[in-house]
Amino acid sequence: MALPIYASPLERAWYYSFRVLCGLIFLFLIAPILIVIPLSFNAEPYFTFTEKMLSLDPTGYSLRWYDLLLTHPNVPTDVPRDAAWWATVWQDAAWVNAAKNSVIVGFFATITATFLGTLAALGLSRPEMPYRRAIMAVLISPMIVPLIIITLGLFFFYSSIGINKWGVPYLGVIMAHATLGIPFVIITVTATLSGFDHSLTRASASLGASPTTTFFKVTMPLILPGMISGALFAFVTSFDEVVVVLFVGANDEQTIPRQMWNGIREAISPAILSVATILVVFSITLLATVELLRRRSERLRGISPH
Amino acid sequence: MADLAANDPVLLTTSDGRPLQEALAQAQSKAKWRAFMLVAPLLAFILITFVSPIVQVLHQSVYNPKFSENMPQISAWFDQNPNGTEPDEAAYTALVADLVAAGAAKTVAVAGERVNYEMPGTRSLFTKAGREAKKLQPPFMESLTKLDENWASPELWGVMRRVSHAYTGDFYLAAVDLERSPTGSIQQVPENERVYVNLFVRTFALSAAITFMCLLIGYPVAFLLAALPMRYASLLMIMVLLPFWTSLLVRTTAWMVLLQGQGVVNSLLVWAGIIAEDQRLVMINNLMGTMIAMTHILLPFMILPLYSVMKPIPPSYVRAARSLGATSWTAFRRVYLPQTIPGIGAGGLLVFILSVGYYITPALVGGASGQLISNLIAFHVNKSNNWSLAAALATILLASILLLYWLYDKLVGIDKLKLG
Repeated sequence: MALPIYASPLERAWYYSFRVLCGLIFLFLIAPILIVIPLSFNAEPYFTFTEKMLSLDPTGYSLRWYDLLLTHPNVPTDVPRDAAWWATVWQDAAWVNAAKNSVIVGFFATITATFLGTLAALGLSRPEMPYRRAIMAVLISPMIVPLIIITLGLFFFYSSIGINKWGVPYLGVIMAHATLGIPFVIITVTATLSGFDHSLTRASASLGASPTTTFFKVTMPLILPGMISGALFAFVTSFDEVVVVLFVGANDEQTIPRQMWNGIREAISPAILSVATILVVFSITLLATVELLRRRSERLRGISPH
Repeated sequence: MADLAANDPVLLTTSDGRPLQEALAQAQSKAKWRAFMLVAPLLAFILITFVSPIVQVLHQSVYNPKFSENMPQISAWFDQNPNGTEPDEAAYTALVADLVAAGAAKTVAVAGERVNYEMPGTRSLFTKAGREAKKLQPPFMESLTKLDENWASPELWGVMRRVSHAYTGDFYLAAVDLERSPTGSIQQVPENERVYVNLFVRTFALSAAITFMCLLIGYPVAFLLAALPMRYASLLMIMVLLPFWTSLLVRTTAWMVLLQGQGVVNSLLVWAGIIAEDQRLVMINNLMGTMIAMTHILLPFMILPLYSVMKPIPPSYVRAARSLGATSWTAFRRVYLPQTIPGIGAGGLLVFILSVGYYITPALVGGASGQLISNLIAFHVNKSNNWSLAAALATILLASILLLYWLYDKLVGIDKLKLG
């Protein structure tokens, strides 16, 4: 999009002001996310940059808000931090437990969504699939229907079947999160399959492979990038989800988003910012993974980025 | 195929002697079944965890047995006597018997709650009568009205008659600020109690405004991303995708931190001398806070569809227009813009649909004036405990979204949805 040589002065002015405008919009997109990182190291309980921070004085920065994440009434503060201390933290600290719960819920929800979603995507991408469009619309709709309506429905449904009394912890939340993650798996896996060369499976069958062998040796390695990025989407959806947990989760089912929600509603302290920072770093890692997978998938399928 | 078979006396057969047509039909139906069986487990799962809860919402919106289940005898009396019958001693006897039973089962408050939705202030009437009913002596018409004269009110009897049916459309009336008058006709609720229509209007207006803002600032970015060479574009794309991947709560928190009175934006403005120390802007806990935060959160959903439409547009079209004498504005307006309409439609509908149902961000940064319909649904579930009204509101919201979804499917095609 270089500036053509015949551009008039007005167009030249517009060309540069357009770039500046776009730069400002990118700033709007990215600045709020990055600003929480330095603020989480604030030594004072404020949500703005103190003068010490601006003058890069090391005493203006501290890790106290990260330290706060490890605290709990049961965790002694004045003892040396040895293995026993860390064991107590691992057992009792509220944020650590919330993190563990989030990972457990996210893991099972992701497995369910990926397994069922991939299977369905395989069926949906077959040309002979009946009612393809209608079924696809139903399967994608959890992404479109507002979360509060799904949650309301689950709230009625779970209280009518009494799922909390079944004795399987997190079951309701896991099933709900899997439902929310399924559209992402379907979309990513169908996208991978749309470029899939079906003569490969026929070749494999003609060489004597059973459908199962064909799937695991031929199809799956090719659609794996789509599966993994679908799974990551599903995991992030679950990891970030708060409405369902708030309404249908039992009181002791605390996840990171729920803990954050409580923290923000009660008294927002910079400890929230330290959690936010950890989550931002986490999402950067995920984004990088998805990006690498996408490139790998394009390379494998012979679509090179131009 | 049929012609071939008719002309040829020898029917085409497969190697095992079956007619080819039949064998083909059988193979195709087998393949159809195989494809369907792959989808079946997920379909069953979605049916349990998604479709049936939605059906329950629909059901709950027209079904509320709180009164009829807990006050069976008086409900039966209403069924036997047509509308307009004055309550006689038999009716009062049935009512007191129900109150005694419900008082003993501690469900009288539940029945009272149902009446209370329609006629505020009656809950205490029921709880009090539930405590005292067993001490009452016949004739009950006298003793009950002596306990509280409101028991003789024709309005109360009218309401009890209506709520004695478990199936009712009243919650939909309430959800659009209508009510039944004592005579049974439908009328608007008093001016100061009209909440829901305004809230629906606010939700849709705010979503439209957010969609417009997203389009306004998303279009230039998508244009730039589509026009730049790939290696720069994919770097800049990270700036769009990172917010997309970052936790919603993190982004909302970030805006709370930025926009609050002592926050970064205000401090920056004070430092730059644009506003005075005592004039810090109120940008949070109001409509503006909701709008800024939601525009930021939903912007990637606008940029990504726009980008995927703009990317394949050949730059030579605009160049051709320029070479034919069009100014750059005309070339953009007449040649480029029409080609991006599908992207505008897709992104706009997606952002609109998502923002209509938003809950978390308005709840955290919306304050009182920035609450949307979802927040009220949540309120009726958690606080006022009026599940049926919550379900009716949710159903109206769902219907409007399905309409948009259907439109999206017609215009864009739901299977063309892409992520990243």
